[in-house]
Amino acid sequence: MPQDKDTVEKLSELISAFICYAAGHLPDDVRQRLDEMSKIETEGFAPQIYDCMRKNMEMADILARPSCQDTGLPQFFARVGTKYPYLDEVEASLIEAVKKATIRAPLRPNAVEVFEEYNTGNNIGSHIPWIDWELVPDSDELELYFYMAGGGCSLPGMAKVLMPLEGYEGIAKAVFDQMTTYGVNACPPCLVGIGIAGSAEVAAKLSKKALLRPVGSSNPNPKAAQMEKLIEDGLNSVGLGPGGFGGKLSCMGVNIEQASRHPATLAMGLSTACWAHRRAGIRIKPDYGYDFFTHKGVTL
Amino acid sequence: MSTFHFTLPVSDEDIKKVRIGDIVYVTGLVTTGRDDVHHRVVVSGKDSPVDLKGKAIFHAGPIMKDLGDGRYKIISVGPTTSMRMEKAEAEFLAKTGAKIVIGKGGMGPKTTQGCIDNTAICTIFPGGCAVVAAEQCNDVEGVEWLDLGMPEAMWKLNVEEFGPLIVSIDSYGGNLIEDNKKLFAERKEQALADLKGKLNYMS
Ligand code: SF4
Repeated sequence: MPQDKDTVEKLSELISAFICYAAGHLPDDVRQRLDEMSKIETEGFAPQIYDCMRKNMEMADILARPSCQDTGLPQFFARVGTKYPYLDEVEASLIEAVKKATIRAPLRPNAVEVFEEYNTGNNIGSHIPWIDWELVPDSDELELYFYMAGGGCSLPGMAKVLMPLEGYEGIAKAVFDQMTTYGVNACPPCLVGIGIAGSAEVAAKLSKKALLRPVGSSNPNPKAAQMEKLIEDGLNSVGLGPGGFGGKLSCMGVNIEQASRHPATLAMGLSTACWAHRRAGIRIKPDYGYDFFTHKGVTL
Repeated sequence: MSTFHFTLPVSDEDIKKVRIGDIVYVTGLVTTGRDDVHHRVVVSGKDSPVDLKGKAIFHAGPIMKDLGDGRYKIISVGPTTSMRMEKAEAEFLAKTGAKIVIGKGGMGPKTTQGCIDNTAICTIFPGGCAVVAAEQCNDVEGVEWLDLGMPEAMWKLNVEEFGPLIVSIDSYGGNLIEDNKKLFAERKEQALADLKGKLNYMS
């Protein structure tokens, strides 16, 4: 079937509004955790920084502006129902939505073509927006996560393949090494995403997917949940504080996602989200009705 | 910990009053410049098109709205990771005479030496607070080197009581973030030691 222009127009309008809103408003879970953390961080520079963060969120809302100037590289994580009627139009709509949002929000143009080394000016580039596809059997909905991958918060990202004998402690060590060095530049308190798998690219991708899970949620596997808690507590004992100026806490949380590994490899990936964790999730029905589930009660 | 309110250009005497951990607010002309601007000035050897003597260089790539006729409205501007400019900052300060670096996340030993040699300071604006920063800018005086693209160009911003700027490097060799990082490294070792034996899922 040829692509339907009207559908692309309608869908991209909705998704563009969704992106614009996400640029200026952190999701409910992140706002709540920052609020909790600010009540614990009562010493040193921390209160002043949390104050500035709070003011920034309020002003971004009132002035309807992106809350951080780095609106990141646009990334979508799409879970498309196999019975969603507009499968042919999804990709074109996502690209169109980014173009529109870049002008409307406005977003900072961030797509720099590799080798040619120029900024495309509209956030559209080779494989950008990045789209990750998953099919959902027996569903007629389009579930979309949008994530703004900023520069500072992408910098601590890494993946490597450990020897199994380095063990899960080897994973923890790599995470601690990154978070206590690069993490300081990633506008802490960060959400830490860890992927564990058999090869580097799977671990890396899972680490980003871990960031899409709500702050405060736990991995359903009790051992993984325990590891999340142990690393979170350990990182907090380092006391990076907001902005890396020191404090009682370091991170908003640690989320782990895993895939089976090879007997001879233990791969790990790390992704971090800054305090301005602009992740947004929406479920779109065939009639364009939607559930903006990361930002409850918001009408687009 | 003291708080200072400076009007730009700032004098060496004023810079010498400031120590790490102090807080500074500035009023006057602040110019943005990040990777490409530093590269042009330091590596390519071009002169800065903006007179930065006694002024502030802001590691930031803003979002600007083009109003036409060379006028722009600032939407959002916040600090970017200063460490990326570590290679070039000392020479940049020497060449341009800039006195205040504004960024985030601290800088290294080369810049610390550059601040001693040029009587300059590095400061940190709270990261991610780009709307707060934009609202402290009265207007955009102009732009230079726009060929570098919106984030990399030199935007001349007239700011008022711009801050809080937390002083991370002073002109005496103090480096707040490096001190913090040492502390974090020590605590990291302790935290990893505490984890020993607790992640033994392979046995
Ligand atoms: S790390 Fe996040 S909050 Fe900080 S500047 Fe980058 S995108 Fe903005």
